[in-house]
Amino acid sequence: MIEAVNLAKQFGDFTAVSDISLHVKKGEVLALLGPNGAGKTTTVRMLSAILKPTQGYARIAGYDTVTQATQVRRLIGVLTEFPGLYSRMTAMDYLRFFGELQGMSYAAIDERAESLMRQFELWDAHKRQVGKYSKGMKQKLTLVRAMLHDPQVLFLDEPTSAMDPQSAKLVRDALAQLRQEHRTLILCTHNLTEAELLADNIAVVRQGQIIVQGTPQELKRQLLGHPMMEIRLTSSVNGLVGYLQERVQVVAHGENWVRYSVADPREFNPTLLNELTHQKLSLVTLSEVPQSLEDVYLNIVGQGDLV
Amino acid sequence: MTTQQITFRERSIFATAWVITKREIRDSLRDWRIMTPIILLTLVFPFLMNFTSRAATNWIDEFAGSNRMVIERFNPFLLMIVGFFPISFSLVIALESFVGEKERNSLEPILSMPVTDLELYLGKMFSSVTIPLLASYLGIAVFLISRAMTSPPWYPPLELTILVFFLTTMEALVMVAGAVVISSQATTVRAANLLASFIIIPMAFLVQAESIVMFYAQYEVLWWLVAGLFVVNLILVRMGIRTFNREEILSKELDELNLGTIWRDFKGYFLRPPELAADRKNLVATQFSLRRIYRHDLPQLLRGQGLPLAMVGLMIVAAMWLGASYAHQYPLPAKALPLDQITQDTFKNVQKVQLLNRVNTGFIFMNNVRVMVLSGVASLFSFGSLALLLALMNATLVSFLITQVIMLGYNPWLFIVTFILPHGMLEIPAIMLGFAFALRIGAGLVSPPEGFDVGQGLLLTTANFLKMLIFLLIPMLLVAAFIEANLTPQIVVAVYGN
Repeated sequence: MIEAVNLAKQFGDFTAVSDISLHVKKGEVLALLGPNGAGKTTTVRMLSAILKPTQGYARIAGYDTVTQATQVRRLIGVLTEFPGLYSRMTAMDYLRFFGELQGMSYAAIDERAESLMRQFELWDAHKRQVGKYSKGMKQKLTLVRAMLHDPQVLFLDEPTSAMDPQSAKLVRDALAQLRQEHRTLILCTHNLTEAELLADNIAVVRQGQIIVQGTPQELKRQLLGHPMMEIRLTSSVNGLVGYLQERVQVVAHGENWVRYSVADPREFNPTLLNELTHQKLSLVTLSEVPQSLEDVYLNIVGQGDLV
Repeated sequence: MTTQQITFRERSIFATAWVITKREIRDSLRDWRIMTPIILLTLVFPFLMNFTSRAATNWIDEFAGSNRMVIERFNPFLLMIVGFFPISFSLVIALESFVGEKERNSLEPILSMPVTDLELYLGKMFSSVTIPLLASYLGIAVFLISRAMTSPPWYPPLELTILVFFLTTMEALVMVAGAVVISSQATTVRAANLLASFIIIPMAFLVQAESIVMFYAQYEVLWWLVAGLFVVNLILVRMGIRTFNREEILSKELDELNLGTIWRDFKGYFLRPPELAADRKNLVATQFSLRRIYRHDLPQLLRGQGLPLAMVGLMIVAAMWLGASYAHQYPLPAKALPLDQITQDTFKNVQKVQLLNRVNTGFIFMNNVRVMVLSGVASLFSFGSLALLLALMNATLVSFLITQVIMLGYNPWLFIVTFILPHGMLEIPAIMLGFAFALRIGAGLVSPPEGFDVGQGLLLTTANFLKMLIFLLIPMLLVAAFIEANLTPQIVVAVYGN
């Protein structure tokens, strides 16, 4: 559905994107992660036919983003980084304006707008001027605008930023539903939990390049190594640490706990439990330490040699 | 979420532009900062003008007696002013049309819609001009009605009313077209407002000139002005559409005038071969090579000047006709061109004339170079039209003389071969090329070279002009000037001399 090959974008002497290639299948959700200024927004602007690439090409559903820009813009919905609303317009007028630009009939606009506004709990305020909306409401309204013409492909730049947890959940649920409906989504976000929750694939962008790409599980495995386990005892772990250091990698330990990294926990952990019995040590817990996408992200962004 | 089957309609360019216009008009109508002054200028200002008009009439009745001419000329001037003030507001709206949206971050969502640049541009332009123009028409109507209903009544001639209508419309369109160009190129509303002086100053001059013409009741001059404004308007709209660049609007952040960067870019364009002009990273191509300039760059530049050369050629053809036509209209007496009386002393006598006492190689050369440089500068400020005008003027003069020669019964071919060709073989091609490259500088503002924005395009066309001037035209003009000062007189004397 989305294909980008060696995309690059230069603004004068400044290289915003140096080389990005992407393939996103229909119904897939790709999250673009990266620090500010990494080139995520420029990439999305090129994919959504707003900016022309300096090098390379991109296609959305087979349409070239440069030569068939109008067709591309019909197919996509874009949630921009900033809401950029017209404060003197009512929410309904705002949606009618964009619906008209998409070529929708008035009836279709009204029907679709009502349905989406109800879903995002904005319907009660549909006659209110947008300037009087809260930050979160504005963000939801721009999301409604992006979804108004029922696009096959959605580019969402920070969709839940500025939202309270309840609104953010509403939006995440809507995105999950879009995923179920086999819509193709590209999500630019700093919210790693959100990316992990919603994305099939994650691409980490830094200095205008994708430095690593894969499913959340693949990234964790690739970048964080073996699973990490934690064992807690009722008494001191001094005797146990030496045993563990001979067999696995001890990552850290305290008075009555040890963290260790092990290649095959299914084989090693039963042996360890036997050893505890042998040493007459009382176990409180033995569990895997959850490793979040945040660890992966910080690991990647913190390393310069991955490029 | 329910997914309905949505049908999409194809719209014409104007229908899509109208969607944008409609929204902007509604937005303006809701903004009291725009509407209050417009209402005041539309409904209050005409009554003030009515009062002024009646006061002036009474004053004239009291002190000027039966001389009604002053008041007859004063009222049309007031009518024009009543129409002009509301349209000045179009400038305020137009100046923030693009850059204001950029500042409010509301432009990007529109740019992601299936709307072409032309539709967006037209939509913005119509929306900027509609309310002020309607207000202006209403103001004119209020003034005319109130003036007709109060004593002493004044009824303007129909032609004058139509003229003011068109004049006001064209002025509004020119201001808006110019302001939208500025708005689409500026990075902030503040920068756009500062740049507005480029519209306000010429418009102030224009209104003053119109006022003088109005007092002299030379309405046909104003009709020519309407036609001129129409052409300027077309040029500005074309310029706006050609130079409208989504990327520039979204990505340009600074208005800084960085002389170092400008000089570096200019030097790059000057030194690099034309096909690598934009390749900033190619340091090898930036190395100066006289051999490469003559063997590669100049032929390459000449090959790319087909259209400007054709335009200059067309001007010369038009000038030939114009010169001949003037010659028939204003025939010279035989003694003004006494070709059969030329002697060695003729040229010596020419040098005794005060203005021509320095007619030598240096004088002719400097004069021609000055014309070339002037054509480049004038082209910049006239979208290229003054470069064409200079070509037209020079060629008209030559055609005028040749036609006079024919009319006086001399052999025109002999005249051309002796008087013009010896130095003209070099001078005429050099000047034509100079005008063509100068034309490209001004035309580049309306239509920048492919892949260049207005600023970079201007640097490129200026660099090309100077490259051509320094390495080809100046040597040609120098040799031509030497021939003109030293050989042409000898040839003329040898052929015509007694």
